[in-house]
Amino acid sequence: MATVIPLAEAVANLVHDGDSVALEGFTHLIPYAAGHEIIRQGRRDLTLIRMTPDLIYDQLVGMGCARRLVFSWGGNPGVGSLHRFRDAVQNHWPAPLEVEEHSHAGIANAYAAGASGLPFAVLRGYRGTDLPAHTATVKPITCPFTGEELTAVPAINPDVAIVHAQRADRHGNVQLWGITGVQKEAVLAARRSLVTVEEVVDELEPHPGAVTLPGWVITHVSEAPGGSHPSYSAGYSVRDNDFYQAWDAIARDRESFLAWMDEHVLTGEAARP
Amino acid sequence: MSAPSPQSYTADEMMTVAAARRLRGGSCFVGIGLPSLAANLARRTHAPDLVLIYESGTIGAKPDLPPLSIGDGVLAETADSVVSVPEIFNYWLQPGRIDVGFLGAAQIDRYANINTTVIGPYDDPKVRLPGAGGAPEIAASCGEVTVIVRQSPRAFVDRVDFVTSVGFGSGPGDRERLGLRGRGPRTVITDLGILEPDPVTCELVLTHLHPGVTLERARAATGWELAAAPGLRETEPPADHELAALRALTGGHRS
Repeated sequence: MATVIPLAEAVANLVHDGDSVALEGFTHLIPYAAGHEIIRQGRRDLTLIRMTPDLIYDQLVGMGCARRLVFSWGGNPGVGSLHRFRDAVQNHWPAPLEVEEHSHAGIANAYAAGASGLPFAVLRGYRGTDLPAHTATVKPITCPFTGEELTAVPAINPDVAIVHAQRADRHGNVQLWGITGVQKEAVLAARRSLVTVEEVVDELEPHPGAVTLPGWVITHVSEAPGGSHPSYSAGYSVRDNDFYQAWDAIARDRESFLAWMDEHVLTGEAARP
Repeated sequence: MSAPSPQSYTADEMMTVAAARRLRGGSCFVGIGLPSLAANLARRTHAPDLVLIYESGTIGAKPDLPPLSIGDGVLAETADSVVSVPEIFNYWLQPGRIDVGFLGAAQIDRYANINTTVIGPYDDPKVRLPGAGGAPEIAASCGEVTVIVRQSPRAFVDRVDFVTSVGFGSGPGDRERLGLRGRGPRTVITDLGILEPDPVTCELVLTHLHPGVTLERARAATGWELAAAPGLRETEPPADHELAALRALTGGHRS
């Protein structure tokens, strides 16, 4: 059964140097507060897994937390590049970054295989692209029934999955709705998991289209109101598109990036939860 | 941003209107940015029943304004159905259920292969681009593909630095050999004109020039010997109602 504990304690318990960590949330419900806590705790050599690295992995990469990135689309949606990610790949700043690159369909299926206890997933994907030549975890596979050639990707089973949700009850049962992405698959695929929530309530009211993750598949739940900003939590907040646009200028330059992180995540007034 | 045009509309507006016109109805898997703007314009003008599908799992989204991201809240709030990301790719895209895939590109080549991964060598890239996202499987599995991209020698290259999404590979027969079930790119719409694959060679050839654009200019903006299709035509300029609808979507600004 999940225990409901403060965020700093949950991150300290679950995320260790060298771990593979998947912070998921497809545009919606991105666990920023947890990512910032990982940065504050100074974790290093992480393998970061995420379909859409978004600004949170730009920040983790730029702060030197990652050794390796497993991803499928590394941009600032509708705005442009992730400059810290680009700087790490192109100039090895602040450290070299290994990349394992997929398509969305590939990673989504790899999580589903991980959640299903299967060693790999099979899909119609990647065929004819240059991705298999550069990504060792994409291989052709022949259908044993039809002989058709398809593509296999190995299961993703992260050491830790971290997702954000709208709410949980005091037993750690979690409810999330809206765009639900791959959060369920990521949590079920992972060895350990943390769900941050907008609020902890006495009783979970049914909500249309909601996904419920029972507390017994989750390790820790932490209350983190506003913890998905500048992403959003449907019913609680809206996506801060202005911030996504402002990030382009902040992250373009190493000094302005470090100053922003210091002010808003590490030491400044705004960094205090 | 394109240079101001002497007409009452910009080259980007012409491009977006021309792209929207190609979406007749049915379902469209929409990439973010230019494709999303054009798809929303189509829904606001001649194709009100066009089913917009975004890779965030929103099926039948009806946003009032084009979203900044593929996962803005308005997409889920207005959708007919919201499904998980594994489901959108496995149950909806992969079986070939979606009529049109609508993509952008950083680079596109003469066989309509698309690069959104790197400029330069993969292991030491000159520019690291965002990568594949949903595009490889959209390009493989949608009934057909429409591409919208501004035309320049940097973008229109003889051979892409990296094949992120397959158009026609290295020519006729490649899609079939690879087992790609969609028909592939049928139309490439740019700020200068419209290109379509030659029915025999699969090479992109120019079928339309936008008003005021010369063949020489389109050729100068293309990194291969761009051929004009027999019967090269001029694109119908944007009608007033198309421009009004587009400017309502872009907040009144000329895009």
